[in-house]
Amino acid sequence: MSLQLPFRLIPRAQPSQRMLVVAPLLAVVLTLLVGLGIFAALGQNPLTAFRVFFIDPVSDIQGWSELLLKASPLCLIALGLAIGFRANIWNIGAEGQMYLGGIFATGLAIHFHETGGAWLLPAMIIAAAVGGALWAAITAALRAHLRTNEILVSLMLTYVADLLVKYLVYGPWQDPQSNNFPFTIQFGDDALFPLLASWSWLGFDTLLEGTRVNLSILMTLVAVPLAWLFMDRSFIGFQLSVAGLAPPAARYAGFSEKRLVWVALLLSGAAAGLAGVSEVAGPIGQLNDRWTPGYGFTAIIVASLGRLHVVGIVFAALLMALLYLGGEAAQIALQLPKAISQVFQGLLLMFLLGCDVLVNYRVERRRAALPVVQPVAAA
Amino acid sequence: MKTWKHTIRNLAGAVALTLLHGTSIAADPLKMAWVYVGPVGDGGWTYAHDLGRKAAMAKLGDKIQTTIVESVPEGADAERVIRDLATKGNRIVFTTSFGYMEPTLKAAKSFPKAEFYHATGFKSDKNVTIYNSRMYEPAYLAGIIAGHVSKKGVLGFVASFPIPEVVRNINAYTMGARSVNPKITTKVVWVNTWYDPGKERQAAEALIGQGADVLLQNTDSSAVLQTAQDKGVNAFGWDSDMTAYAPKAHLASAIEVWGGYYTKVAEAALAGKPLKTTVWGGMKDGMNDLVSISAALSPEAKKAVAEKMTAIKSGKMMVFTGPIKGQDGSIKLAAGKSLTDKEIDSVNYYVEGVEGQLPK
Repeated sequence: MSLQLPFRLIPRAQPSQRMLVVAPLLAVVLTLLVGLGIFAALGQNPLTAFRVFFIDPVSDIQGWSELLLKASPLCLIALGLAIGFRANIWNIGAEGQMYLGGIFATGLAIHFHETGGAWLLPAMIIAAAVGGALWAAITAALRAHLRTNEILVSLMLTYVADLLVKYLVYGPWQDPQSNNFPFTIQFGDDALFPLLASWSWLGFDTLLEGTRVNLSILMTLVAVPLAWLFMDRSFIGFQLSVAGLAPPAARYAGFSEKRLVWVALLLSGAAAGLAGVSEVAGPIGQLNDRWTPGYGFTAIIVASLGRLHVVGIVFAALLMALLYLGGEAAQIALQLPKAISQVFQGLLLMFLLGCDVLVNYRVERRRAALPVVQPVAAA
Repeated sequence: MKTWKHTIRNLAGAVALTLLHGTSIAADPLKMAWVYVGPVGDGGWTYAHDLGRKAAMAKLGDKIQTTIVESVPEGADAERVIRDLATKGNRIVFTTSFGYMEPTLKAAKSFPKAEFYHATGFKSDKNVTIYNSRMYEPAYLAGIIAGHVSKKGVLGFVASFPIPEVVRNINAYTMGARSVNPKITTKVVWVNTWYDPGKERQAAEALIGQGADVLLQNTDSSAVLQTAQDKGVNAFGWDSDMTAYAPKAHLASAIEVWGGYYTKVAEAALAGKPLKTTVWGGMKDGMNDLVSISAALSPEAKKAVAEKMTAIKSGKMMVFTGPIKGQDGSIKLAAGKSLTDKEIDSVNYYVEGVEGQLPK
């Protein structure tokens, strides 16, 4: 006997287009409301806590710099993932592809540490994109030609990539002066993204003094319009959308599934690789065994929160970054536990999925299925 | 009307009180901050640092004001947290994990007026001072206990990263055990994390499966000790007193004691002369200890530990004194000599009795 809920979900024939856009905003609002309740339950003035969590982190240029620094790789990876997700090609291994981007860039950075030159950073960027794409190519080949499950393959390859990083930083690439600690040498200036604050034009040097935001955000700024052109204005982008929405239609139209798998995975791998170089040649300045806070996985949330749409992803990446910064600020200013920012991430995702269900389905009350009890006749 | 007057008078009174109160504390408290790699509730490494912070607070009262940030990843986020703390007026910032070394150095350059203290690293700067404790001393004593307790002659060690700080603790533990029973061997499992109770538990299970019956760990949680209790073998607490987590399996706890150091740093800064010298303290300096030694130990074991502990605490005994043999039996250090601090801090070999190969 199966459990019978008093309600059931009936698919809507025509989900409201407007609600599809409103749902993420609604999820954000609901998260904030529940958040206020949590703050109050923790004995904080909800409004103060709200200010500390969501306003203070971006109340100065320092905060904006950190927000961009964090949102930029998330956005880059999520844009790449969205391309595949639209076609139901689930690359879950962006984290590993990002590692490979970091590895390829680091290889150049430390090999040409002494000689260097202005060409080094551009070469590292290209190498990182190639590295990420190559790692994703393994998944693409297995999925396109052997029909393996790309979710499992890409996820498992992340662990392989992690071990590869560990092998390199404990082994051949270890800084000889590191006392056996697992990291490479610090990159030279030629191998690092220059800080925006190092530019004197437009008064960036005074405006951004002491900030860490660097030129790598330009990659994201360029990637955003390119991703939009590709996804929403190119024929292959159209093919990917059709393959996701109506696979039989895509087959009937003669779109090559293999080709779509290759395109989606190579592009998302390359984007993740770029995020990798933006970290190792950015705020970290070396390769070590614990350099990523899991951007490759967080970007999956960013892509879904942003509705696989370019504009949505930009805002989702900023929001996700703000949740990280807010969580830290809440710890520092109010001594709230670290878990609070994870609670917010979880709430956000839960409300988003909940709203999605209601946009796509309507709730119908089940008719009472119990047999009608006959009144017992008086003896 | 009357109530209005009341309100105004009360308000005025409150304002006056606040002002008076404000002037009565002539000096603002010294703001100090701690950056933790795990949660305070890890019951081990981070918990020990937080006990140290609380000890300093208890000693210095409202002369200091402290802030903590827990579970800070050792990547690009660390530098932001450290900078943020310095921006918020913290004059002293303790960064309590090895992975914060580069971020601390980078952040410190932007805040020349603040003092940064980095635990367990090896690079210092004008305003970056390093501190650490010689945990190999209590690890050696734990080895002596293990040597007496182990029936199978096989010890287990759950290790985090193959860095000198951890390798020397494996060596000290093994040397302590072999000073009692020269046939003892130590098996090592690397988990490549400081804090991951799940992985720590799996490693402990693997070691027990391979016959190890007394475990020690150089990781931050109490998972190894608890696993030992579940599987009916013995183990030690590490970093904090972990008796309460597994009273049956617990033999003793090798603990960090940071309170004295944190108090000293605060007092020096309050006096306007911040501490700038590297501190590498041991049992003699009260920076660590072996506590809650099990009452169930044999009298010989208790006596042996007590003797060696007195010798170490009085400074008569150095743990890494020759003869020290490498894994292949070759002499690494001749009899009568002791390793220098520099050698201890860069040790990259296992001593005789440790099994397996040191990851390179």
